[in-house]
Amino acid sequence: MIARNDAYIYGALGILGILGPIFFPNYTLSIAYLWMMVLMASTWDTLGGQTGYNSLGNITFFGVGMYISAIVQVSFFYEGGVGEYTSAMGSIKPVFTESQYFIGLGLGILAAGVVSVLMALVFSSFMFGLRGPYFAIGSLGLAIATAEITITINYVGGASGISMPLFPGDIEFRSTFFYILCFVFAVAAHFLLRWLYSTQFGLAINAIRDDEDKAEAMGIPTLKYKRIGWTIAAFFMGCIGAVAGNMAGFIDKEVAYPIPTFGIFMVAMVLLGGKGTLWGPVLGAILFHVIKETTWTYLLNLQWVALGLILIVNIVYFQQGIMGWLQSKYPESFGIAIDASREGANVKSGETI
Amino acid sequence: MLENLQLLFVWAPIINIQIILEGIFVGAVFALSAYGLALVWGVMNIKNLAQGDFVIAGGYMALALHYYDVPLLIIMLIVILVMFIYGWLIYVTMIRRIIDQDMFVSLLATFGLSLLMQQVMNLIFGPEVQTVDMEMPVYDFFDNMVTVPSSKILSLILAGLLAVAVVLFMKKSRTGQAIRATSQDPRAAKVLGIDTDRVYAFTFALNSALCGAAGVLVSIIWVIQPFYGITYSVRTFAIVTAAGLGNLPAVIGAGFGIGLFEKYTGIIFGTAYEVAAPVLILLIVLVWRQMLLKKNRQVVQ
Repeated sequence: MIARNDAYIYGALGILGILGPIFFPNYTLSIAYLWMMVLMASTWDTLGGQTGYNSLGNITFFGVGMYISAIVQVSFFYEGGVGEYTSAMGSIKPVFTESQYFIGLGLGILAAGVVSVLMALVFSSFMFGLRGPYFAIGSLGLAIATAEITITINYVGGASGISMPLFPGDIEFRSTFFYILCFVFAVAAHFLLRWLYSTQFGLAINAIRDDEDKAEAMGIPTLKYKRIGWTIAAFFMGCIGAVAGNMAGFIDKEVAYPIPTFGIFMVAMVLLGGKGTLWGPVLGAILFHVIKETTWTYLLNLQWVALGLILIVNIVYFQQGIMGWLQSKYPESFGIAIDASREGANVKSGETI
Repeated sequence: MLENLQLLFVWAPIINIQIILEGIFVGAVFALSAYGLALVWGVMNIKNLAQGDFVIAGGYMALALHYYDVPLLIIMLIVILVMFIYGWLIYVTMIRRIIDQDMFVSLLATFGLSLLMQQVMNLIFGPEVQTVDMEMPVYDFFDNMVTVPSSKILSLILAGLLAVAVVLFMKKSRTGQAIRATSQDPRAAKVLGIDTDRVYAFTFALNSALCGAAGVLVSIIWVIQPFYGITYSVRTFAIVTAAGLGNLPAVIGAGFGIGLFEKYTGIIFGTAYEVAAPVLILLIVLVWRQMLLKKNRQVVQ
């Protein structure tokens, strides 16, 4: 059941999502990036906020997905193979027909998701023994190592990168198409997570966050749940990575593994909105994107300084985030009972917000 | 790769001496900044991801002072002083507020600081790779097979002197005793009249000064660039996680170890892997420690 407050928010976001690109066609790609950031923040929160495993390495799957989809899209219809395509440094421009391009893109996104899931399964076999800051540092190391190893592989273009197949169609159709992809993925991720948090899975991962040893002692298979959480994040990160690669048109290490930018932004967005809540990441992402676009426009050259400052101020002075602040200010509207005699009935709905 | 191995061990084994020397020179610098991290981590439980950027900031300060022909020792003193004050300011504005928080918060807040420092240095000094040329004599051995610039020897001596000074300070002085007492039990230290807030501020400032000194040495023996900081941070984390907190001989050993490992990977697999090497070693250390812990883990079947 969708509560009334939620229905209003869905309505507003739906209107923004559908009417945004129609009324502001110049900002279509910007709003597409907004949905991408919403997706990143929401899936980061599955492991970071809900399970308590703060990963700084989710961006790994983004980059891997990008490269995998590039390989699939090129190799599927270009008979020379990927190696020949990349060694030509973009001078080969194979012309794909529309059906070839879209089938290749679909397969590429699918393959990106599947490979990211496999990678998450492999990584989780040795990463989840690490806890607290060690997991964060270890996953950051994972991301840096993957990025550095990717650029030594000449098959995918090495350090000079790889250019994606050209989009068949005019530029307006192109941005609308990728916009729809981003929007659909963000919505899908949101509703999947919303449903998951309302099931036993949500309770189990929250139990892991609160006290992992106790949760294990109570018989929760902690590794399994952590694994599922990371795998979901990896799948969506891989898919959106594939989409982002095609949106950018050209990929190299900086585009595929933006560790200091998107890799940290997604954590900052979740912290801004409020950790461990369903709406926190969405709100945080929207606010952060607006702030980012404004500083980019008005503070040229200083935008990174401004972002670093925002990050520090956000984390040092405003840790609980918007949702956390609202919850402590108006607990009743979140269904959290303060009166001890009334507690119990409403606690669960408060947990899953 | 095979050719490189042959070069090392069959054709010209003398090159090994050169690599080992290089590893020792950079290892000393890593050990210095890693000791600073072990200090703040152990005493105040802050994981400083801006560690590498403190190093680079010290390097750029040395670069700017060298431009005005300031002698090396004076540069060192000025940088240590300035970085000490800078660390104190950072403590007062940022670290004090996150000291009791969740461990991840310190990681992320200092990452924000790292981002900020990188960008400010980029704006001031530009993105080029730079180095301080001390114009000191270079010694050759074994028919030019092994070259040792005297500036590197000087940096090694300076690093050693600094390490000795810090160890003596921690052991003998009242402030050093207060720092050690606070790291053992902050509450008891507070009860016994130690101003823990001041101790924390001093510890963080000392770490910053150590990093700055390491940065001066880096700018002499190697190159600096605004965005190189993160690799130093990763290296110091690898060293500290491998060596443990407050174990100075192990920190120095791990520092030299990682310096050697990096140089050898660079030679054997090619320079492209030189950046990946410290990261991989960090992952290996983490996984290896975890496997050691797993032995103690008991599961009721």
